Amino acid sequence: MNKGVAITGMGIISSIGNNVEENLNALKSVSHGISRIDLIETRHKNDIMVGEIKKTNEDLIKELGLNPLNSFSRTAMLGAIAAKEALVDAQISDISEYRTGLISGTSVGGMDTTEKFYLQYPESEENRRFIKAQHAGYTTQSVSNYLGINGYVSTISTACSSAANAIMLGARMIKAGKIDRMIVGGTDALSKFTINGFGTLMILSDEECTPFDDNRKGLNLGEAAAFLVLESEEIVEKENKKILGRVAGWANANDAYHQTASSSNGEGAYLAMKKALKIAGLEPKEIDYVNAHGTATPNNDLSEGVAMTRIFGEDNTPVFSSTKAFTGHTLAAAGSVEAVYSLLSLRENLIFPNLNFKTKMQEFSLVPQTELLSKELNTILSNSFGFGGNCSTLIFTK
Amino acid sequence: MGECYINGIANISAQPTTNADEFLEEIISHNTSIFKAHDPNYKEFIKPAAMRRMSKSVKMGVTAASIALNNSGVEMPDAIITGTGMGCKQDSEKFLEKILYDDEQFLTPTLFIQSTHNTVGGQVALGLGCKAYNLTYVQGAASFESSLIDAQLMLLEEPEKNILVGGIDEVAKNSTLLHKLDGQIKEDDIDVINLLDSKTGGTVHSEGATFMMLGSKKTDTSCAKIVDIETISKASSEEAEKHIETFLGRQGISIKDVDAVILGNNGDVDYDHYYRNLQTSLFSETEQLCYKHLIGDYPVASSFGFWLGCKIFEKNTVPAILKVNSTTAKKYDTVLLYNQYLGKNHSIALLQRC
Repeated sequence: MNKGVAITGMGIISSIGNNVEENLNALKSVSHGISRIDLIETRHKNDIMVGEIKKTNEDLIKELGLNPLNSFSRTAMLGAIAAKEALVDAQISDISEYRTGLISGTSVGGMDTTEKFYLQYPESEENRRFIKAQHAGYTTQSVSNYLGINGYVSTISTACSSAANAIMLGARMIKAGKIDRMIVGGTDALSKFTINGFGTLMILSDEECTPFDDNRKGLNLGEAAAFLVLESEEIVEKENKKILGRVAGWANANDAYHQTASSSNGEGAYLAMKKALKIAGLEPKEIDYVNAHGTATPNNDLSEGVAMTRIFGEDNTPVFSSTKAFTGHTLAAAGSVEAVYSLLSLRENLIFPNLNFKTKMQEFSLVPQTELLSKELNTILSNSFGFGGNCSTLIFTK
Repeated sequence: MGECYINGIANISAQPTTNADEFLEEIISHNTSIFKAHDPNYKEFIKPAAMRRMSKSVKMGVTAASIALNNSGVEMPDAIITGTGMGCKQDSEKFLEKILYDDEQFLTPTLFIQSTHNTVGGQVALGLGCKAYNLTYVQGAASFESSLIDAQLMLLEEPEKNILVGGIDEVAKNSTLLHKLDGQIKEDDIDVINLLDSKTGGTVHSEGATFMMLGSKKTDTSCAKIVDIETISKASSEEAEKHIETFLGRQGISIKDVDAVILGNNGDVDYDHYYRNLQTSLFSETEQLCYKHLIGDYPVASSFGFWLGCKIFEKNTVPAILKVNSTTAKKYDTVLLYNQYLGKNHSIALLQRC
């Protein structure tokens, strides 16, 4: 088995908690974060359910101690909160002690501020500092400047697989000795842009989402940020660091089927899982648990399920669940949110349940884990898929 | 360090750069602060039915990818990595404006589907039926270079791969105009050819695409070797100079070994000092070349520098229009590229003849 790259810190903010311990408590007490929209002015307020973080932008500004004239979008603020927690968790006080970089995944970037001020820009100078803040790279640099990271900083935008790809790139760069320490993850805030976008695709549920259920009606959008600290073996040994787990396998493949829909045989997902297992040096039967992408759209769950049966065999599929019914689909952040949950699963030897499942899908015999389950866990496979056919798989080990 | 060769390259810009035989012999003059790419005949590369829905980014990207593939003789890449600063801005803008003007009603999915940053990467993969690794970087002026860093790493991990790397950015009607409001684009129109002598803040904005096929082996079609590449998020002018020295030192190369330096001067009086400093210090005796007075600036404009490097190696000459000092190199074997935007997203790259 590939030893993998050490993870020494993690941080998260989501609709089920403002830090790692709050998220764990919510997962353990099976308390989800799906609600109606409170903080965004949209005519769809009463049509859909979302995973919204119940903090206003003013709350976030205060929490981060930002200047009132800052140009942080909500996406950037959520990212800064989670990345800061990850650094504290990894007990990093001097960011410039080693070659340190940041890779963040985002899909909307600063769209949340753009859609608020876009029509005012020509008339009023007041908020023009947010014009630049729309760009995805700017969001990441708001976070890197906040943390004092000036060297390698990059942003990945492959829709809903962005953060998984950020984790993968960070692991590859550390493994190749290109950098000593990398903060990796993703952040996305709720916005009218995505609410309406996914709305036009008719894949938003008006109820709490039901991943892998035969009667699933679509996804709940969510917002979140989550980051991990990856460090080289040299640092880990020299500083005798605690290790939360390792990124042992990774892969990215393209479904090359349709710009937004997944293929019915789950080819992209299949290829991603297959290659990640190969890189990790693991056989499918050695996977203890799969944290599925499981968005609860008819298309995703079928395609992903079929891909799992192809990899593991329909009768030998490991215990699996989607945690999207806790947080909603947090888009570009989903891969890192679920990485944090996978690391918590490894630490606690606990599998978090797939909520709201009632009826087995007709197409196969797969049934997700619906109750909290104690189980010795050593290897977890986590999937993230996105528009553009982007399919990514990560494997975490103890 | 793994070897990294450019085995095929294509560029679409505000100059006629798609014809492989020409090297800036004909210059189109632009005299507005926002201008579009010089379109090749997209019909030669894209079927009309497919083209109908394509935004400019997708058209430019698919076409440049197709030319680069063709030049390299590779039919199916083993990875597709794209960089874009702004993504598919035209469709994003249209979708956003519909949300805002029509109060979130009467929306259709096509614009949203095509608004994501990875649309071009996805469309190139779809067109080729390429199921391999596919990634999109969005890091302002370092977007294209971020893609190259990934490709370079991949060639170290899996040297047998052929990797298609591309940079794409498009002009959108209203969102590009917003950059006039916040000072990124010059308020008044200018003769773009005089951009580098401008005394005002901001730059001029355009669009374009560069695609290249990278491999770890030198082939008959190789046009340059990428020795190394680095991006730096934030640096002062003095720090940038130090970064360049350290970068060259790491390659075991001295300033004297650099035959020409390609710089990203964009006529922004508030930020061109990053280049001026280098022009009067490290590179005062090196042949200095600039290009944004021909193609304008945009996040992946720096990818034009790679195309220039390849052309210079191929033709063994430099069009006078690019020269900004009186030094002329004796030979063109080693070329250094440096670019930054608003003091952020610096990139340094070293190209060598192969």
